[in-house]
Amino acid sequence: MSDRARITRRGLFRGIGTAGLLAGCKPSERPPTTTEDGEQPPPAGSAGALGPGPSPLEFTLNGQRQVAEVAPHVTLLAALREQLRVTGPKVVCDRGACGACTVLVDGVARNSCMMLAHDVDGAAVTTVEGLSQGGKLSVLQEAFIRHDALQCGFCTSGMLMSCQALLGRTQLEREDVEAAIAGNLCRCGTYPNVVAAVLDAAKGSA
Amino acid sequence: MRPFVIRRPKSLDEAQDAARERPQDGVLRAGGIDLIDRMKEGIDAPAELVELRGLADETGELMRALGPAGDGMQVGALVTLAQLAAHEGFGAARAALREAAGSAATPTIRNAATLGGNLLQRPRCWYFRHADLVCLKKGGTACLAVSGENKFHAILGGGPSFIVHPSTLACALTALDAQVEVRGAEARTIAIGELFLTPKQDARREHTLEPGEVLVRAILPKAGDDQRSGYAAVKEKQSHDWPMAEAAVKMSLQSGVMTDVRVVLGHVAPIPWRSREAEAALEGKPASAALFAEAAKAALAEARPLRDNAYKIPLAQGLLREVLHRVAGVPLPE
Ligand SMILES: Cc1cc2nc3c(=O)[nH]c(=O)nc-3n(C[C@H](O)[C@H](O)[C@H](O)COP(=O)(O)OP(=O)(O)OC[C@H]3O[C@@H](n4cnc5c(N)ncnc54)[C@H](O)[C@@H]3O)c2cc1C
Ligand code: FES
Ligand code: FES
Repeated sequence: MSDRARITRRGLFRGIGTAGLLAGCKPSERPPTTTEDGEQPPPAGSAGALGPGPSPLEFTLNGQRQVAEVAPHVTLLAALREQLRVTGPKVVCDRGACGACTVLVDGVARNSCMMLAHDVDGAAVTTVEGLSQGGKLSVLQEAFIRHDALQCGFCTSGMLMSCQALLGRTQLEREDVEAAIAGNLCRCGTYPNVVAAVLDAAKGSA
Repeated sequence: MRPFVIRRPKSLDEAQDAARERPQDGVLRAGGIDLIDRMKEGIDAPAELVELRGLADETGELMRALGPAGDGMQVGALVTLAQLAAHEGFGAARAALREAAGSAATPTIRNAATLGGNLLQRPRCWYFRHADLVCLKKGGTACLAVSGENKFHAILGGGPSFIVHPSTLACALTALDAQVEVRGAEARTIAIGELFLTPKQDARREHTLEPGEVLVRAILPKAGDDQRSGYAAVKEKQSHDWPMAEAAVKMSLQSGVMTDVRVVLGHVAPIPWRSREAEAALEGKPASAALFAEAAKAALAEARPLRDNAYKIPLAQGLLREVLHRVAGVPLPE
């Protein structure tokens, strides 16, 4: 197979990056991005401080140890997507208001767009990529498919993470699921099917 | 976001030295939800973030405390909204705080947002939050909401700025007569009302903390067995949104008679708005639907709406009545 043939749509967008896609926009028209705005770093801080340049960061990502050099102002979402190429968490609002970027940090559902990458120093991060094991979808993912719990799918990777954080609980009611996904905006309105899928998965995994 | 340096002090002294060293540039960070939002919008560009979450000294311990303290209760500044919403020690007496914490923002934001940061977050006014606009709060000459879009702005206590105070916890804590402990060059404990500044006092700031001063905890006074409280909000979306109006109420209820009544409205004024008029209407009287309607009217009597926000008057009245009915256990009229 030639190199050309191996270019995928996803790889192409990754390669161009947001800067390329937005090159034609005036600054004021650009959607918010998680990347830096190109200003010069301030003078270096005193001893014991981190940054402003790339600094060592170590954490566990989907069960694998990760060592990276990340600048302090880079969000967890940007580091995952742009540096580590883990694109399951999506960028939508980039302001903590939609849940598309939800990941688990030590088992707790968090908006990765409103965290700094260095916040997960030493922690265990799980993204949607970490739900399946050896190519086999998780009980929750299977339940999402059975219950048609997604339409366009854009909220799904975040929705799955908020729901995954629930599954450890012993007694799960409809209200618990509704409360847990109250930070995940689904513009397709798939909520009832998501709730059904989670209740089903909770039964299955118990 | 402009690149910055992160500092992770272990003690209050170190944190304050760091914040004092560069008072213009260095800022304290708790959950970071409000701070990162402002930095992404470009209205703040600190050169250093001083992390509060790593404090490992006695102050750090107090900042994470949640539970009984003396004959009252303490809630550390680093306690998250999620922890507050799940805490079972509030009882009916302090339910307002649990309900407020559980209604703010979204479940995932509540996993990060802290009590201290919630109280000290900056206003949500869209003119203030716009990097290209210089409003009164940012050193300009006018509050742009006065002649602009003011659907979500103040109807009470406004002028010269018409922001509404953004903190949901502030509304509940004011109703519960909380005090806050602050540690700076010296330690002080103040009534929560003294934490907030009206725009007439200072249009550029919303609170009285100096750079480097750390909010350590909120202290809730002793609550009698007959104390009750509650909180409710109305939002355009049930989740994700800041309230259009909110109400928190506290009272002691004995044989249906209300004493020690506190009535606080949120998102209607630049500070959590304690309505002494409504409190006076209710104090010492037997709870009834008619009295609640009268108190709600009294609470909004002084309201002066702007072009787009007169809707907040009936909204806040209805909400306050609903909370009063629930807290006092009087069935809502049909
Ligand atoms: C989608 C969405 C919806 C929201 N809805 C609501 C809502 O309905 N109601 C509501 O109240 N809020 C709401 N918020 C705001 C959110 O609750 C606050 O941003 C959050 O509580 C701030 O807390 P933090 O710990 O993240 O603060 P940070 O961002 O870390 O800090 C905020 C400010 O306080 C200072 N600070 C923090 N802690 C201390 C301390 N201990 N001592 C001294 N200074 C300190 C910081 O320097 C900073 O200036 C919403 C946010 C989002 C994203
Ligand atoms: S992209 Fe993070 S919450 Fe919307
Ligand atoms: S499936 Fe389309 S946004 Fe949820």
